[in-house]
Amino acid sequence: MQLYDMPDARGHFGQYGGTFVAETLVEALEELRVMYEKYRHDPVFLAEYAYDLKHFVGRPSPIYHAKRLSDKVGGAQIYLKREDLNHTGAHKINNTIGQALLAKRMGKPRVIAETGAGQHGVATATIAARLGLECVVYMGSEDVKRQAPNVFRMKLLGATVVPVESGSKTLKDALNEAMRDWVTNVHNTFYIIGTVAGPHPYPMMVRDFQAIIGIEAKQQMMEMVGRQPEAVVACVGGGSNAMGIFYPYIDVPNVRLIGVEAAGLGMETGKHAAPLTANSAVGVLHGNRTYLMQDADGNIIETHSISAGLDYPGVGPEHAWLKDIKRAEYVAVTDDEAMAAFHNLCRTEGIIPALESSHGLAYAEKLAKTMSKDKIILVNLSGRGDKDINTVAKLANISL
Amino acid sequence: MSRIKTVFASLKQQGKTALIPYITAGDPHPKFTVSLMHTLVEHGADMIELGVPFSDPMADGPVIQRASERALLHKVGLTVVLDMVKTFRQTDQATPIILMGYANPIEAVGAVAFADKAKAADVDGVITVDYPPEECGSFVKELQDRDIDPVFLLSPTTDAKRVELIVNQASGFVYYVSLKGVTGAANLDIVEVAGRVASIREQTNLPVGVGFGIRDAATAKATAAIADAVVVGSRMVLAIEGSNEANLLSNVANLMTELKTAVDAA
Repeated sequence: MQLYDMPDARGHFGQYGGTFVAETLVEALEELRVMYEKYRHDPVFLAEYAYDLKHFVGRPSPIYHAKRLSDKVGGAQIYLKREDLNHTGAHKINNTIGQALLAKRMGKPRVIAETGAGQHGVATATIAARLGLECVVYMGSEDVKRQAPNVFRMKLLGATVVPVESGSKTLKDALNEAMRDWVTNVHNTFYIIGTVAGPHPYPMMVRDFQAIIGIEAKQQMMEMVGRQPEAVVACVGGGSNAMGIFYPYIDVPNVRLIGVEAAGLGMETGKHAAPLTANSAVGVLHGNRTYLMQDADGNIIETHSISAGLDYPGVGPEHAWLKDIKRAEYVAVTDDEAMAAFHNLCRTEGIIPALESSHGLAYAEKLAKTMSKDKIILVNLSGRGDKDINTVAKLANISL
Repeated sequence: MSRIKTVFASLKQQGKTALIPYITAGDPHPKFTVSLMHTLVEHGADMIELGVPFSDPMADGPVIQRASERALLHKVGLTVVLDMVKTFRQTDQATPIILMGYANPIEAVGAVAFADKAKAADVDGVITVDYPPEECGSFVKELQDRDIDPVFLLSPTTDAKRVELIVNQASGFVYYVSLKGVTGAANLDIVEVAGRVASIREQTNLPVGVGFGIRDAATAKATAAIADAVVVGSRMVLAIEGSNEANLLSNVANLMTELKTAVDAA
């Protein structure tokens, strides 16, 4: 079997990925590509990254057998990769540390980021504070409202949060605005992208920094149960936590990889954020070619999800590739299904999951019911739900 | 000879620099676009850059993004824009029209189908902001096979090797983006731009247009002295944004007259 070796030298995953940017950004990306190539296998760089993952983030994150949840669901055993236990409460910090260390080596004193749910913004502000870098975070003004606690956390950490009022006022518009900042300030600024999208080398680089999730999981499953799971399940917005856990499993036979997108109010309503499940047309946005939710004129349409972190009209190009080559499967669950899974995990296991991760949990429950008790599903619990309590309370008409 | 080439040749004979205003199609309302185009020509536009509205104009500043948003409220997509060019052509067969936009609306139609439609609408040039030469595949050839000029951007950070790569694909003219940053940003450094334009000329015989940061008669005049074409975008869109239905055409005419006088005086 040929080992998986993607992307190509210019960041293409088949027809996906690439570097679709204005000429003004080409040199900055080339500089980044060269520097990342220089350091991605550099032992000193990797040792510094590993040190921070261990001592600052608290890695390795454990794998936890959710026995009561599994019993309640009835069927396969559900195991959770506990990224929610990381410092700052989600997987996002794995990547921001890697990119911030690279920024430091490139002599860039200022970092910028886009954020949806605010987790990536918090993770960027956190590492910026630790390394003494100036930090500016762009966030859609809708998301600023939905994720007020995370906005305050970023400010506590010394970051400037810029609400973005253009377009749909969500993650994609924050990304546009961050790109504009970068193109204007590229001489002193490093753009820390939070997901496996954007122009090359971002999709590859973010995947590499998140791959620690899957690398640990493979080893931990062997230690815990002596084998690998039947299925690995992760939520997909841009897709960084999913790529992080999928990537080390791509060459492992007989492990299903399942990405769970946000079906929002239901696939049939069109109000969702699931371009892979919907088989949306392929197009170009944010520097790469991928599946995109768009209208007949090629304009990006507004997405819907209860979870700000999944509210994105595109998806990382490597997921598009894994879908086409059928190495991964992509499904979607609705807001309501994700909420039910959220409450289920709270009550049966004493873990409050992020609404993003609740999408993965919801599908894992469905899938578990179709499998026998001796089978194993590993869910990437990508983040904790503390940031979502306002959203959840509002749904129940409770004011905090 | 293509319209773009003809215009540049004739201006060169007269010792003049081309003035190329940019407007976003459908801004402020689609009913004005064709009249605006004619107004631009009547008041000195040698060519027109017509923006194709896009939901996510990453390389543009807030002024041009707002223009896109106004146009998209009226569902002005690529097909509507091409119809506008057709209507314009009913009474103006001389002025080159250059479409400027992003890759995704073109990909939604398909490169070949787009080239056919652009030809049918009598478009002269196409600038696709996020199609660098490495990524646009057969698109350049599809355009050139139909005598449409693919116009590429060069930036202050484009090194000589990339200039070579780009001028080998481009035709019509090349467009030097005079600032790092997005459209509508501040502070044009004319001495630096002059140096860059001179070095680009060493690598190509194509005319060199300069845009980004030209905001008044003085910057237009200074740019005209060193370039083959002066492109005015955000300033033009601001004039449209600041107008009402009654004074829209006269405001645009006044700005054009001011710019044209400045460019011709260079």
